[in-house]
Amino acid sequence: MPHTLSNTIRFSDEQAMLLEAATSFCREQSPSSAVRARFASDTGFDRAHWQAMVDMGWLGMAVPEAYGGSGLGLGACVAVAEPLGRHLFHTPFVATQLAIQGLLAGGSAAQQAQWLPKLAAGAIGSVAVFEADGNWDLHAITSWAHVAGATATLNGAKTLVPDAAVADMLLASMQVDGAPALVLLTQADIAGRLQQETVIDETRRSFSLRLDGLQLPAASLITGAAATQALAAIRQAAWLLAAAEASGGIAGVLAVLVDYLNTRNAFGRKIGSYQALKHGSAEILCNLERARSQMFHAATVLDDGATGAAAELALRMAKADAGDAFVQAGDRAVQFHGGFGFTWDCDAQLYLRRALWLQPWFGDAAHHRRHLAGLLLDAVPAAA
Amino acid sequence: MTTDLDSFRQQVATWLNDNRPPTPDFLLPESFMEVGTDAQFQYLRAWQHKLYSAGYLGMAWPEAYGGGGRPQAYQDIVNAEMARQKLPFVPNTIGLNWAGPLILAIGTEAQKQRYIRGMLSCDDVWCQGFSEPDNGSDLAACATKAVRDGDHYILNGAKIWTSLGSYAKYMILLARTDPASQRHRGLSFFLIPMDAPGITTQPIRKLTGEYGFTQTFFDNARVPADGLMGREGEGWAVAMKTLTFERGAAGGQAGGLARMQLGVDDVVELARRSRRDGRPAIEDPLVRDQLVRFLTEAQGDRLCQSRALIPALNSERPDALALSLKLRWTEHSRRLLQFAISLQGGNAGRWVGDAGAVDGGLWPRSYFNAFAATIGGGPSQIQANIVGERVLGLPKD
Repeated sequence: MPHTLSNTIRFSDEQAMLLEAATSFCREQSPSSAVRARFASDTGFDRAHWQAMVDMGWLGMAVPEAYGGSGLGLGACVAVAEPLGRHLFHTPFVATQLAIQGLLAGGSAAQQAQWLPKLAAGAIGSVAVFEADGNWDLHAITSWAHVAGATATLNGAKTLVPDAAVADMLLASMQVDGAPALVLLTQADIAGRLQQETVIDETRRSFSLRLDGLQLPAASLITGAAATQALAAIRQAAWLLAAAEASGGIAGVLAVLVDYLNTRNAFGRKIGSYQALKHGSAEILCNLERARSQMFHAATVLDDGATGAAAELALRMAKADAGDAFVQAGDRAVQFHGGFGFTWDCDAQLYLRRALWLQPWFGDAAHHRRHLAGLLLDAVPAAA
Repeated sequence: MTTDLDSFRQQVATWLNDNRPPTPDFLLPESFMEVGTDAQFQYLRAWQHKLYSAGYLGMAWPEAYGGGGRPQAYQDIVNAEMARQKLPFVPNTIGLNWAGPLILAIGTEAQKQRYIRGMLSCDDVWCQGFSEPDNGSDLAACATKAVRDGDHYILNGAKIWTSLGSYAKYMILLARTDPASQRHRGLSFFLIPMDAPGITTQPIRKLTGEYGFTQTFFDNARVPADGLMGREGEGWAVAMKTLTFERGAAGGQAGGLARMQLGVDDVVELARRSRRDGRPAIEDPLVRDQLVRFLTEAQGDRLCQSRALIPALNSERPDALALSLKLRWTEHSRRLLQFAISLQGGNAGRWVGDAGAVDGGLWPRSYFNAFAATIGGGPSQIQANIVGERVLGLPKD
């Protein structure tokens, strides 16, 4: 028998209040004029906004209370990530959550004690898990660390590291003795080794990181099962939060589109009255509804502590569905704006760019469907 | 109570398994809208009769009228078990799901005594007269006239898409009693006997080549006035109430399986035993990608039902999930069945009756019948207008 799918979605009153608060905050602080103004800034975000998010407790939501967080879990994080996505509000929120998940799943007791309280209090985290060939298999690592005595020497390069220039710490994947490992790097370690990348989504700040010759205490390494677990946790959180940002993004671009269809006249009537555009918009809505349901289901599954195939199924489905639906919505929104849609000034392009950034982030839809096929169509091995 | 229900479930499962009707030598219809031959009708009527006689239908309806007088939970178990065992559906759908709940809700004592037992046993088949030849999806444009004449109404006009029209003893009918009225006002709702003088039916042949609907003509037909449901002129409200039974929103249906719908799991199973290019279809990477797309879409719709129960996740557009439901489900089903045909390799072109047709030609026939859902009850294009206008707030055209 292949794996079967659950259909439970839970959303607590606490999460509902969080969603409402985050929705207001993002709407007020991130109108499209502000999104565009941030393009020119170095960091892509405003420290005052970051501090406000820290003050509201959002950075500690996935951090256990023992480390100064509120221990609400990733389900709470999607209630923030979705509105952030809706308003194209870039901050290092997602990157920091990935670092938190990596530390929780595989960090040493010392690393957790040193960094989790800081991250909950506003230190910025990130992860460096991709390399030049663009492989989504996080175990396919060519960077490597050589350990001699108490010192590790790193070699190779990482790519697509989010918010690296402002990161106080990041977890980078390495090979150690042929097995996957991670190393905890601080800003002091990576300073001078970053090169900013030019990426399709101009709200993002993405970097390549040159490691060659970097020497660190061997205690910075996370190896063995801890490393595998940390990589799995990073991947799961990335899938979920990307799906949440995409779900918000679809709703955002749909709002931009509907507003234009209700405003613009052609041939003596509002263009939204034309069925060609009305039906295309209805299709975006249908896709949004499914993608949003998948995303909140995946969050429920993770909050319930599911691991292995059950979590993988829900998360890959959510990521694949949201990824495709967002690209489709962005594409149609540009088209349905007509001539204005072809211009820089039309906000539809901002969302299309975001969609095309999120789609390949931690695996595109076709990649996830290939893995889902194995889980859904093939017999589970007897040993599993 | 829980132990009670558990042992009931086992008892039902055993009974259904022991009493499953033998597989007929003809293809069964998948819903009451597709009953096209006498043999299909007799087979399904006998099955409903047997279920009812065993106490598995109308279990939550009042005992006084032939129901079981038990909590709904028992009927729910039977329904679920029938679906799980992929048993034939019960054909008297309009009676069990529309007319019955309506009569129990607003009918007179005499109507309850007269109609309920026969509809449960399937001795009395019911049909529905809402749509008209000139006003497909637009119920409020109803032009069939009903004029009071003493203890009777005189009917003139025509209805279309009357499922089981050739077999029905009674019809629920929407007709215009105020000739000066427009749209929703001036309509009335009737229970009428199909054998009244002046009523004739003419079978409609479907794109599958089969029959399953009739057109129904009223030529100065005289029907008893005591069949009026609600008051004269309140027909639209009564019809809307009836539709809430159909949508399951208000509960109150007699139960039983209303259709045997092929779903994505059936298509996955078909892919396992179908061969393309000399290999099992399920090993073809392109087939696998398509199957996962359909599985994801079906799961998305299933999860929308879960999310619909959480107000905080529906605050921006509270009607979105309900108003997009038909569009999402029916179009998914149509595309899924079209895809299922494509799994069958070189044999995909065989039709019902051909010895080499996969599953007797079930799949292409089901695909054709899927149009009943994408067209009936408001075609997808009307549904997309509804979503665009009522959910997204776009202007009417």
